[in-house]
Amino acid sequence: MLDACGVSSLEGLFAHLPQEVMLQRPLQLADGKSEYDIIDYFKARSAECATGYASFLGAGVYSHYRPVVVDTIVSRAEFLTSYTPYQAEMAQGTLMAIFEFQSMVCQLTGMDVANASMYDGSSAVPEAAMMAVRITGRDRVVIARTVHPEYRTVLRTYAKHQGMPVAESGYDSGTGMLDLAALDAAIDDQTAAVIIQSPNFFGTIEDVKAAAEIAHKKGALLVHVFTEAVSLGLLAPPKEADIVCGEMQSYAISPSYGGPFAGIIATKEKHIRQIPGRLVGETKDANGKRAYCLTLSTREQHIRREKATSNICTNQALIALMATVFMSLYGKQGLRELAEQNLAKAHYLADGLPLKFSAPFFNEFVVKCGDPEAVNKGLLSKKIIGGLPLGSFYPELSDSMLLCATEMCKRADIDEVKKAVAR
Amino acid sequence: MIRKVTHNISQNESLLFEQSSPGKVGYQLPDLDVPSVDAAAILGAANVRSEIEGFPEVSEVENVRHYTRLSTWNYAIDLGLYPLGSCTMKYNPRVNELVARLEGLAWAHPYQPESLSQGALEVMSTLENALAEITGMDAVTLQPAAGAHGELTGVLLMRALLESRGNPRKRLLIPDSAHGTNPATAAMAGYSVENIRSNSRGMMDIEQLARIMDEDAAGLMVTNPNTVGVFEQEIVKVAEIVHAKGGLMYMDGANMNALVGITRPGDFGIDVMHLNLHKTFSTPHGGGGPGSGAVAIKKELEPFLPYPRLKRISDAWAWDFDRPQSIGKVRAFYGNFGVLVRALAYIMAHGGPGLRNATMDAVLNATYIRKGLEPYYDLPLTDPSMHEVVFSHDRQEKLGVKTMDIAKRLIDYGFHPYTTAFPMIVHGAIMIEPTETESKQEIDLFIDAMISIAKEIEDDPKFVLGAPYSQRVARVDETTAARKPIVRWKPA
Repeated sequence: MLDACGVSSLEGLFAHLPQEVMLQRPLQLADGKSEYDIIDYFKARSAECATGYASFLGAGVYSHYRPVVVDTIVSRAEFLTSYTPYQAEMAQGTLMAIFEFQSMVCQLTGMDVANASMYDGSSAVPEAAMMAVRITGRDRVVIARTVHPEYRTVLRTYAKHQGMPVAESGYDSGTGMLDLAALDAAIDDQTAAVIIQSPNFFGTIEDVKAAAEIAHKKGALLVHVFTEAVSLGLLAPPKEADIVCGEMQSYAISPSYGGPFAGIIATKEKHIRQIPGRLVGETKDANGKRAYCLTLSTREQHIRREKATSNICTNQALIALMATVFMSLYGKQGLRELAEQNLAKAHYLADGLPLKFSAPFFNEFVVKCGDPEAVNKGLLSKKIIGGLPLGSFYPELSDSMLLCATEMCKRADIDEVKKAVAR
Repeated sequence: MIRKVTHNISQNESLLFEQSSPGKVGYQLPDLDVPSVDAAAILGAANVRSEIEGFPEVSEVENVRHYTRLSTWNYAIDLGLYPLGSCTMKYNPRVNELVARLEGLAWAHPYQPESLSQGALEVMSTLENALAEITGMDAVTLQPAAGAHGELTGVLLMRALLESRGNPRKRLLIPDSAHGTNPATAAMAGYSVENIRSNSRGMMDIEQLARIMDEDAAGLMVTNPNTVGVFEQEIVKVAEIVHAKGGLMYMDGANMNALVGITRPGDFGIDVMHLNLHKTFSTPHGGGGPGSGAVAIKKELEPFLPYPRLKRISDAWAWDFDRPQSIGKVRAFYGNFGVLVRALAYIMAHGGPGLRNATMDAVLNATYIRKGLEPYYDLPLTDPSMHEVVFSHDRQEKLGVKTMDIAKRLIDYGFHPYTTAFPMIVHGAIMIEPTETESKQEIDLFIDAMISIAKEIEDDPKFVLGAPYSQRVARVDETTAARKPIVRWKPA
């Protein structure tokens, strides 16, 4: 091969590079390791993390059972090691699976159109806000303080240099729900989007319909966010929203210390050309046979460059496939039963505990417990990871923690947590 | 002659929605060990949904067969050469999949105590250090979820530094050969875009750069090697021009597979860059994600990095949230951790010398393809190729066949097409990146296929225009898809 290339050594392939840029020493990295050594290294790192603990953490990342079949499918080389399906004739499998993902997301959320996925739920929020700005021609955004604190932070990072002022709207300290009167006052004639989350960060179910009425009355769009996709199996879909965005992690995507996950954006038919990211559409081939391809790419960066709807390029196809397999395994009946189990576990845990808020909740809720760190410390000795202390996100809730119970929590562990919190 | 593939049967399969039967399920839940509850009573009847209309109802085996059948309709790197230029489709080692699924790593909750996350933090720190050494930069953030996300992070960092010096400036200079994400990112970060022309060698027009680089320009977004696969020969001088006016050098690291172990961006004047861990560092593309867009920076940008940052407190890792000058967070939590595990496993398997060898093999393979195809396809830019080579369809277009048609015919030969019609500065681009993964045998098959297609075009161009002939679908009508978008299934 060297002869064919007209060089006498591999180094000769780089002879044209300016001498001054050449690295004159080896990279200071260890020599290559065998497969056995690599597994050994990562087993040791794994052992330095929590294994064999029961967990009551939620707050945007949930421990749900992952059916074995999910990994069977996503380990298929044809899904795992293929690229973005630009060449439709050679990627019908990926394309049809994404089409099913988009369709199921629509069925769950009550929207007409969903994209092929976003990086995660948090980055879907600023994308939804930018979308609302394009649709309304307005520039301001109001976001509820009950939206996940990290999602709000991400929104601010994106918004800062786009001339998109972001205002936060508070919650009712009794119910744990959005303060609708305050929300009404926060919206003006330049508000493009009102962003709420339900179940909100406290696990509380918001009055989506009332929030939508307030937003629409002033010509703003309602953006509905969810972090716990399992709730979609039981809760009324946010049909009143104009844009729905959220996180699919609960659907067979392991917590993996915070990623990779898959976000979604869904909306009404009339906004289809403002949606960011990849979209798969149904069409026909030259012989009239049903086929799928990426579509409406004139919205996207590789065509529109600086005028694109977003700079987003990749989606989270393989992760979205995990969610797709999960949704179709559980199906119509299973998603509901799963959600009902979560509801039952969380309410068994909450029963008798000093709840901070009075409104209905799904599978997580806020409890007063004096010193949350002390409670958690006691639980750790029983191999239980307790709830999330709320003081760093909400200073006014420093005496409280956010507890989550899913179908993975066993009754004996739940009883231990109840004891520790009630003490 | 088609040597790589033979016709095979392909399973027909309808959408899952069309296969559903009421009552079929593919799941099992554990027995509920607490009292069951009445959802409507707890939540209020108005908050509870009616049944999910049209949602699938299939058994486990139907589910497995469905997705397995779909999978067989895809091409994959495990089936052969996947020469998409700028995409670096290299082999994805399976040990990386195994280690990313180890319980302590895969089931780590981002809010679990730091004392129970030390292994995860150690992985992240080790990867940060390795990437800093590979790029010649001072620090790395692993938070961005993908390449374009890394670009946004990097440009926000530039902006924050310039702002701290009193003026964020208004424009970003971007070569006309750049990926579309570069200008789209600049716009998202509040900059207007000014294009720099490429010269007849496909490199940046340095005279134009010198003319337009001023104290109103935040800096330059450069890709090196650039998208035509050639090394920007005057990169050091380019950096001097930009730095002399107080600007910053951003590098799009999409083509880093041409440089690792040979030269380091930090040593040729780059201030901030992103890496695509799913390209250079072998994490699987998964049909379009997940990726990871780590950003490497010089010291002066360090205070602005997304928070939290790793720090060492009495022999243990901890997260430092006290970062007053930080640009904030670009996503929740700490990054695509599962992808980071795989990237570190790749770096460990290769080690320093192995990474350098991989780079050299990648350039060798691209150069070998170039030599093999040069007699048959026009090569508009003749500087030596790095990891990819860009031909033009000029010769074939005279017979009515364009780059996309050649690509579709390549499918019949059992190869995934190359990148078509990009970069835009090459008319009818045929952009080929083989990566180091490929053996001489596989590459020779590819060269033979491309030569065979060139001959077919001379003999019977119309035949090529009808390709592909071998797939379960013929040429897909993308125009109709865009004109009347059908983006979800609806019951008939």
